[in-house]
Amino acid sequence: MAEPTIDLATYEALEQTVGEEFVSELVDTFLADAPRMIDDLRGSLAARDADRFRRAAHSLKSNSNTFGAHMLGAMARDLELNGLARAEADGAPLDALAREYSLVAAALKELRDA
Amino acid sequence: MHEKRNGSAHLLVADDNKVNRLLLTRSLEMQGHRVASAENGRVALEMLRREVFDLMLLDMEMPEMDGFEVLQQLSNDLQLRDLPVIVTSSLESVDSIVRCIELGAEDYLHKPVNPVLLKARIDTSLEKKRLRDQMKEMVRRFATPEVAQDLQQSGFSLGGKRVIGSVMFSDIRDSTSLAESQPPEETIDLLNTYYTLMFDAISGHGGIVTMMAGDGLMAVFGAPITLPDHGESAVRAALEMIELVELFNLERDALAKPRIRIGIGIATGEMVAGYAGTSKRATYTCIGNVVNLAERLESHTKVAQRAILVDGATRAALGERLQVEALGPVQFKGKSISVDVFSVNVGQKAAAS
Repeated sequence: MAEPTIDLATYEALEQTVGEEFVSELVDTFLADAPRMIDDLRGSLAARDADRFRRAAHSLKSNSNTFGAHMLGAMARDLELNGLARAEADGAPLDALAREYSLVAAALKELRDA
Repeated sequence: MHEKRNGSAHLLVADDNKVNRLLLTRSLEMQGHRVASAENGRVALEMLRREVFDLMLLDMEMPEMDGFEVLQQLSNDLQLRDLPVIVTSSLESVDSIVRCIELGAEDYLHKPVNPVLLKARIDTSLEKKRLRDQMKEMVRRFATPEVAQDLQQSGFSLGGKRVIGSVMFSDIRDSTSLAESQPPEETIDLLNTYYTLMFDAISGHGGIVTMMAGDGLMAVFGAPITLPDHGESAVRAALEMIELVELFNLERDALAKPRIRIGIGIATGEMVAGYAGTSKRATYTCIGNVVNLAERLESHTKVAQRAILVDGATRAALGERLQVEALGPVQFKGKSISVDVFSVNVGQKAAAS
């Protein structure tokens, strides 16, 4: 995949704007919140709750882009725009998104501890 | 006003997402603002109703109450509808952004928010708010509540429009010798009482004071809101001003202080009325020949030894309802043609019969 897990330029710009220490805290918050958003996507898909599904995808997209996780952001955006229909066709998009998230989480932890 | 001179303001961040909320709060604090945050629209509205904020950054996608509903509720709330709102969201459709603007949002910032843009937009919004607050404060001081309300609803904009109205100038006679006869502190007290009485008479008849200088003032009747009987209203305000000064003099007699006398000139006609100044400081004013004429008439009260002088157009507006005395034509300095001058008999009841 051409797209890196984390776009370093975005991540470093963020550190420069608000400080490294604060970005570490922000990463922790994201790592605590994101699994809940993914659970929310699965839950709302099962419950066929389109609003909740869109909101969860929207949040995940927004946060991913903040840290430079553009691939994850694009996947979340696709779900936001196409809603339940996309995920319902087959379960794969959510699984792919969860896999991408584990890569992002690992990369963010590494950057945070660097 | 909460905002301070150094640009520090009290801001509210409304966003359901914790990362976004923390990041925006941090960025704004680094720009020197005091920041509070709310996790959904309902909580944000509660905070806005409890505390004074200078500006809100509002996310659109929120549970419980989304940003659209917050904007809707703000626009229906007289206390809060002037609060500047910058929408920070990553909405995907232009329609949604347009809807935010239509609902009264001042600006839109796409997330992730660029810190330089964030600072620029916030500074601009706060500056606009400062101007609006200044205008409101000015209108509150100088206009009747009805006029202030009207102006707030129609909005403020620099530049004038042609209106037909009446202009009044009023001045204290022999104020120099009066000021010399007493300590300055006493003169200030005198002026405060005097202005309070004059403002009361003028706004009571639908006029607004547009200028104060020393012991003189200028007032306009018929602008910014139209007044059908602006000429008669101005004259009745003048009669009340004379009555009030007379009452004030009775008090001063009792204190063995010198009496004051005022002279009033009123002219009626077309003028240009509006806000003049810069975007930072503006004042409501009226410009035109009729303004000069009112000033000349006021000045002529000394020569004519009368308290209230009016021009022909103002006299015509009175019909037979008030007694006037024709003083004949007067050639004013700088005017090419002479003007018919009329003196309004004082002692007539100011209130409309």
